[in-house]
Amino acid sequence: MSSITDEHNNDAAHHDAGHHQPAKGFKRWLFTTNHKDIGSLYLIFSLTMFLIGGAMAMVIRAELFQPGLQLVDPHFFNQMTTVHGLIMVFGAVMPAFTGLANWMVPLMIGAPDMALPRMNNWSFWILPFAFLILLASLFMPGGGPAFGWTFYAPLSTTYSNDNTALFVFAVHIMGISSIMGAINVVVTIVNMRAPGMTWMKLPLFVWTWLITAFLLIAVMPVLAGAVTMVLTDKYFATSFFDAAGGGDPVMFQHIFWFFGHPEVYIMILPAFGIISTIVPTFSRKKLFGYASMVYATSSIALLSFIVWAHHMFTTGMPVAAELFFMYATMLISVPTGVKVFNWVATMWRGSISFEVPMLFSIAFIVLFTLGGFSGLMLAITPADFQYHDTYFVVAHFHYVLVTGAVFSIMAGAYYWLPKWTGNMFNITLAKWHFWLSLVSVNVLFFPMHFVGLAGMPRRIPDYALQFADFNAIISIGGFAFGLSQLLFVVVVYKCAKGGDKVPAKVWDGAEGLEWEVPSPAPYHTFDTPPEIK
Amino acid sequence: MNQNYEKYYVPDQSPWPIVGAVAMFLIAVGAALTVMQASEEGGNGHYILYGGIAILLYMLFSWFKNVIEESHQGLYSAQMDRSFRQGMSWFIFSEVMFFMAFFGALFYARMISVPWLGGAGNNAMTNEVLWPTFEAVWPLVTTPAGDTTQAMGWLGLPLINTVILLISSVTLHFAHVAMENNKRGPLKVFLGATILLGVVFLGLQVEEYIHAYQDLGLTLDSGVYGNTFFLLTGFHGMHVTLGTIILLVVFFRILKGHFSPKKHFAFQAAAWYWHFVDVVWLCLFVFVYVL
Ligand code: HEM
Ligand SMILES: [Cu+2]
Repeated sequence: MSSITDEHNNDAAHHDAGHHQPAKGFKRWLFTTNHKDIGSLYLIFSLTMFLIGGAMAMVIRAELFQPGLQLVDPHFFNQMTTVHGLIMVFGAVMPAFTGLANWMVPLMIGAPDMALPRMNNWSFWILPFAFLILLASLFMPGGGPAFGWTFYAPLSTTYSNDNTALFVFAVHIMGISSIMGAINVVVTIVNMRAPGMTWMKLPLFVWTWLITAFLLIAVMPVLAGAVTMVLTDKYFATSFFDAAGGGDPVMFQHIFWFFGHPEVYIMILPAFGIISTIVPTFSRKKLFGYASMVYATSSIALLSFIVWAHHMFTTGMPVAAELFFMYATMLISVPTGVKVFNWVATMWRGSISFEVPMLFSIAFIVLFTLGGFSGLMLAITPADFQYHDTYFVVAHFHYVLVTGAVFSIMAGAYYWLPKWTGNMFNITLAKWHFWLSLVSVNVLFFPMHFVGLAGMPRRIPDYALQFADFNAIISIGGFAFGLSQLLFVVVVYKCAKGGDKVPAKVWDGAEGLEWEVPSPAPYHTFDTPPEIK
Repeated sequence: MNQNYEKYYVPDQSPWPIVGAVAMFLIAVGAALTVMQASEEGGNGHYILYGGIAILLYMLFSWFKNVIEESHQGLYSAQMDRSFRQGMSWFIFSEVMFFMAFFGALFYARMISVPWLGGAGNNAMTNEVLWPTFEAVWPLVTTPAGDTTQAMGWLGLPLINTVILLISSVTLHFAHVAMENNKRGPLKVFLGATILLGVVFLGLQVEEYIHAYQDLGLTLDSGVYGNTFFLLTGFHGMHVTLGTIILLVVFFRILKGHFSPKKHFAFQAAAWYWHFVDVVWLCLFVFVYVL
């Protein structure tokens, strides 16, 4: 798409040797203003949260391995489903994408750093504190939040435990972190592009992040409003979500999903960007339909504001609203379909090779599409009356989030790890990680479609006997998937420690500015902007 | 300016963000504990809260001090200035969306939940089964549960406050014009007047709250009308407070001779914030008081 002059390459290298080496010791990480340091911090934090949230999923699957209540108390089970969801959404997936943005956006647009480097540090460092508060509440008398990651009123107001305020303020901090991070990304992309990096030359990962950041700034404050109303309803006797005072519990769901649906796109648009970067590299072709990708991403983002009530078909909305939200939701499949088509068309007649990032990307395309299809089924209002709040919904969103968002993060991590560390990862181990994950993730989530269609409700620690076999299979898949992820940790650790040295351009089909700087990427890059031809 | 500095300035390591993160942690824990201990005697959460706020203020002061020094050393390019401006604009957009959540709650209550409780649409049975005597009116002076209150009229204090804020936006605009023409005298006068108007607004707002609580029986917990009234005006009042403090800081910086006709981002940002707070008030006045 674009290249820089050789002259500049020397320049970047020279600068690196010159000044500003990373500070020594712990201070480097606490005080850093460097986008690469902060990107690494985000990614390491995200991986840690992924493991903690994963451990909670293991508790859930262990309890559900057999019918009946055996391992944990139902109240604790509820805390596990709730905190698992919160951690995976706000602690694992979102910070991983922000970490990738921090690392890659400045490199891809030829900027010396993020636009507001100190605020960047602040956005990161408040996150661990937020999760410290959330996790600490689990150990307090009364326990942590137990009302689901969607914290519907009145579960989170009338029926929640006394520690709910900790949850509320933890979510506030997560929101502030996301908003500051997103502002940084938008400003960096709008203001810091190297001369000649015009909008339609922008790498797609940058485009998708620009739109994601816009969504974040638009909806995270609404989440803040929602938790604030929960706080006042619970502790200050307001009745936003209480019909006795003229409010409505359903109003909570409207406000929450006005945030919540754009939120799910916040977790998938950067994934689209990663896949759109990796597929052309290993197909050795240009991305098919670049412009249509940009327009599709934008329309998905805009449409995502008018579909929220597809999560609320069973709340007794007027029929006109049910129909509106059904059709609007189905409309989103069109731009989503455009994307899948473009990825497949990019591979069509390409000279494809199956390196690890490409394996994850292909798995993404197939399995994310599957999740899209179950989403379409859920979007059919009368059908959703049957599926709502069953394991079918759980299957749907785990296909789009685990084999979608998480697989794209893995793909991106394998794709850029050599650039970050200067070392190639252990390919054999990485392939083991991929194949084990691929098989186990389907053993884990595919049968959920069946038990869901048969009526097994979600978020319940016990179930009827006829679901026993499938649940045992699901749990086995779950443990296998969970264990497989430890392989990823090993691969990343070993890669950071050493390995075969890689050249600046790690993958021969790769394009973009990030491959013009040496591997590992020097601490400071593009002190003077490169020239884009 | 020195050629070197046309480069985008990337600051060195800074201790302030992590200090700010600790402050935020203390504020969150302190605020949560304060709320959780509200019904008990002898809670200690608020000490943590105050500690956090103190650290945050210290951090903001030091951070801004660094930024101002860097600016005075000529480290900031025009591109840096654009980063600040765009950052501030997006921050204000996020604030708009925060208020949207509460306006959304207001509209939903007025147009959907209260009428439905009164039996509108196909909800006759809702009314019949839950609270058959409930009548849907707005302002909701009698809740379904039977709590009563009185509505806040828009004449009097609210109208005066509207006029005050509108005038303050005009004086602030004049201050900006004076800044751009390098007329420091009028600048100080107009900015001072703006701050004064802000303080008066806040004073009258307190008066109005006292009136609501003592004379009208309109309180934070008097049904969804009181909820939306106090949360909307309350969050707005907090923003006016913040805006006044920001203007005050800018005022002191002007007294110290900071800013030039061409370079005055802090002033500009404060002004944008003030105008934003003003627009929110206009929406409030229309939707909370008048209609
Ligand atoms: C073709 C596109 C999609 C359609 C038509 C669609 C449709 C739906 C519908 C109708 C529901 C509500 C089901 C119910 O509760 O009864 C739902 C739930 C959900 N979807 Fe999607 N979806 C799509 C894509 C996505 C994507 C890309 C993500 C995230 C990356 C996602 C994440 C979720 C989540 C997390 C839930 C469940 C939330 C909860 O109740 O906990 N969906 N989807
Ligand atoms: Cu949705």
